[in-house]
Amino acid sequence: MGTALARQALKAGYQVRIATAKPAAENALLVDIVTPGAVAVESSQAAASDLVVLAIPLHKYRTLNPHELAGRIVIDAMNYWAPIDGVFDDFESDPRTTSEVVEGFLLNARVVKSLNHIGYHELEEDDKAAGDVTRRALALAGDDAEAKALVATFIDRLGYDAVDAGPLAAGRSFEPATEIFTGSHTAHQLVALIQKASPLADAA
Amino acid sequence: MQIGAYSFGDTQLNPDGSSRSTAEAIKNLFDAIVHADTVGLDYFGIGEHHTVSMPASSPSALIAAAAAATTQITLGSAASIISTDDPVRVFQQLATADAISGGGRIEITAGRGSSVETFPLFGFDLNDYDELYAQKLDLLLTLNNSQAEHVTWTGRTRPSISDLAVVPRPVNGSLPIWIATGGSAPSSARAGRLGLPISYGIIGGQPHRFAPLANLYRQSAAQAGHSGDNIKVSVATFGLVAPTKQEAIDRLYPGWVNLNLEMGKLRGWPAPQRRDFLAQVNAPNAYFVGDPDDIATRIVELHRHLGHMRHFFQGDHGGLPQEYLLESLTLLATEVKPRVQRLLAAK
Repeated sequence: MGTALARQALKAGYQVRIATAKPAAENALLVDIVTPGAVAVESSQAAASDLVVLAIPLHKYRTLNPHELAGRIVIDAMNYWAPIDGVFDDFESDPRTTSEVVEGFLLNARVVKSLNHIGYHELEEDDKAAGDVTRRALALAGDDAEAKALVATFIDRLGYDAVDAGPLAAGRSFEPATEIFTGSHTAHQLVALIQKASPLADAA
Repeated sequence: MQIGAYSFGDTQLNPDGSSRSTAEAIKNLFDAIVHADTVGLDYFGIGEHHTVSMPASSPSALIAAAAAATTQITLGSAASIISTDDPVRVFQQLATADAISGGGRIEITAGRGSSVETFPLFGFDLNDYDELYAQKLDLLLTLNNSQAEHVTWTGRTRPSISDLAVVPRPVNGSLPIWIATGGSAPSSARAGRLGLPISYGIIGGQPHRFAPLANLYRQSAAQAGHSGDNIKVSVATFGLVAPTKQEAIDRLYPGWVNLNLEMGKLRGWPAPQRRDFLAQVNAPNAYFVGDPDDIATRIVELHRHLGHMRHFFQGDHGGLPQEYLLESLTLLATEVKPRVQRLLAAK
């Protein structure tokens, strides 16, 4: 997911930095070839970006550095998908959504859940210009209005309509195995699905 | 260009939808491999899989049997899930098959597995997913690269081996070991750094989008000082060949529905739609379902992007009737392959 998103963001005109658990030097060749135009950096530098996307296997979320991400706008694109990734107690024993668990682990990060419900190859194939009636929409959920506005702009520039599903807890409506997660929807359809999942949510 | 097939085993279904025996699926797979050898296919891979619908749990045993019953085809695991197996046993079993084959026809493809059934089955912890794979691959390579019968290895995920015999040795000294990946960039870089051939399993999307990964693989190999015959790419995709494209589509579709219904139950997918299937069956998409001309053209087109030296196909899933699999194998060997060779030579 990370490399596909990086390419799509580069296409949209963003400056992109990529970090993994490995030192930047080890990723340099990979980044040059697979995401030309992006820069391999250390995770502390990636965390200092205007917008940070977390696209690591969710069960590794504790390897993130909460201090580096403090106060940052963070998109949680990760999923808990036990049939695929196995069962992990952190998510089984916690009634909160996985994004809330991640937000709880981070320190004051402004977490927005999104980009978890589009396949990595779809991300580069399904994009359309704004205004196209068939344009695919992606949901976002978060508790920080300013962070959500930035993420909505990001999603739009990637080639998708952004639909606000409400607070971070409302991200449950597009977790794995939901209709939103498994399908592809226009903004109109997505709003209806979000309202169906959570009738009180302010989906607009 | 080598043309081949792979399978995880395909348990047949009764008319009421219930499963027939998994033993029958293994026998069918064995028969298919022998048939593939007879018609002249280059490669058959057996993928370790642990479900009722796809029961080829023991590639090494099947490969050993097939080694005795075939004469020319290259046989390999595709892949062996080494993270949750003992690399010593994987190596010994396939070196044994190599001896039976006469030597030079047996390969190992090392993978992590796309699902996680083997972790609870064999008593491993998913939290060790990455370390298990790295360590066991290291042991497998140590065994394979050893010049002598006696091997020494130290690691963290299994007891060390101190100057113990690991036999038999392969006929030609070592077995080809491939790295299998579903398309992760770090795996491509790792295979290149190790100087090992790489096998891409491409089950969705547009296969030509793997071009940057193949490029990363080759440049990583070059940077690490690896060159020569071992730096090569193979590609595994869904595929079924029939006399006409419409027949190929109609033959593969019911099994595709069954597979997606089963996976959908597990993963919460909606009911599979025919339009989703049809969206994948033409270039440049993922399913190589067609007549020989169509499939040959698409292999050659993908070759322009990936430069692969082997393309192998899985068509038997969800209860594909055995005769359709056998006809597809025949067509791949006798109709698709000559077309591919002609098209590549004409370029």
